[in-house]
Amino acid sequence: MVDQHSALGRREAVAVLLKDRGDLLVVSGLGSPSYDVHAAGDQPGNFYLWGAMGGAALVGLGLALARPDRKVAVVTGDGEQLMGLGGLATIGVVRPRNLTIVVIDNGRYGETGMQVSHTGLDLDLSRIAAACGFGDVRTVSTLVEVTALRELMQQESDGPRFFVVKVKTDAEERSLPFRDAVHGKNRFRAYLGLPPS
Amino acid sequence: MSDPTSSTAADKTRSVLECHWSVELYNRLKGADVRQVAYVPDAGHAQLIELFNADRDIVTTVLTTEEEGVAIAAGAWLGGDRTVLLMQSSGVGNCINMLSLAVVGRFPLLMLVTMRGEWAEFNPWQVPMGLATEKCLHAIGVRCLRAESPDALVETVISAAKLAYDADQQVAVIIGQRMIGEKKW
Repeated sequence: MVDQHSALGRREAVAVLLKDRGDLLVVSGLGSPSYDVHAAGDQPGNFYLWGAMGGAALVGLGLALARPDRKVAVVTGDGEQLMGLGGLATIGVVRPRNLTIVVIDNGRYGETGMQVSHTGLDLDLSRIAAACGFGDVRTVSTLVEVTALRELMQQESDGPRFFVVKVKTDAEERSLPFRDAVHGKNRFRAYLGLPPS
Repeated sequence: MSDPTSSTAADKTRSVLECHWSVELYNRLKGADVRQVAYVPDAGHAQLIELFNADRDIVTTVLTTEEEGVAIAAGAWLGGDRTVLLMQSSGVGNCINMLSLAVVGRFPLLMLVTMRGEWAEFNPWQVPMGLATEKCLHAIGVRCLRAESPDALVETVISAAKLAYDADQQVAVIIGQRMIGEKKW
């Protein structure tokens, strides 16, 4: 097991990442990333997952392909992304220019008792993303670096971006978004000017 | 390229056109305003995949595993796009937990599933999932509509597309192996 060597708090990191986000669309992976995104400010351009483990990045892909005129960010956890590694290959070959995957990496499964994940055992997700064809791949562990990521997410790129934000393992107080996916879906679609369904 | 035995684009187009149900399905799905197609290849879907890949107005995504398509379809719908997923029956097993997303969010979902393991099957490894395909889909809350002939298939897909995109249902069209035919080696 390796120490995270990060003093960065996840809640603070996501708050900085999503500050002044403008019309950025955000999909959050189940567990702590959904709480972090909610704590940063609930808004209709957020779609919170409470399940579908391994699917967050792909929900982001479908959305990014449907709305090439908008920037899309997926904020998820290391455990969630590890369950969908193949999805990184899928996104890598599609090469959307408006999609950023941000993994909030504490090296733990926070929802289930802080058991160590593969990244906590030294697996480097960013190298997998790079091998899958993500062009802009970064690993950061300070707020200054997170601020730089925020600006990058707003810009068009040659292909998908993959950012790993190393955070400390301390649990944060839960900030729970609503669990009704139908509500989340209709609220999100209304925000984009689409009819409810 | 003057070799008459070589496979030219024209030959390819002709071979596609001869398989009328694929062309009919393609036209009908276009007519239903499908904008995204996600698939893990199957021989039964080969011509439909070829048609969609050649269409610049359709975004096609090849998947490493079928469950990715369920997540893509949900994200596409959030952004206003209609998606169809193409897979073989074995892929249904890969989708099960991800289908929670479509069911709990009442996301429109249209899957076209080509069956293996049920008719003139030579590979015993295809049989268990073939037996379990419809049961699994029912168990998680996905409606199954079965088609055993090209005419029935076209009609069934039209109905399923309406159920999915207009009535927010999660629908799998099950395409019988008898219709697809034996796997040729």
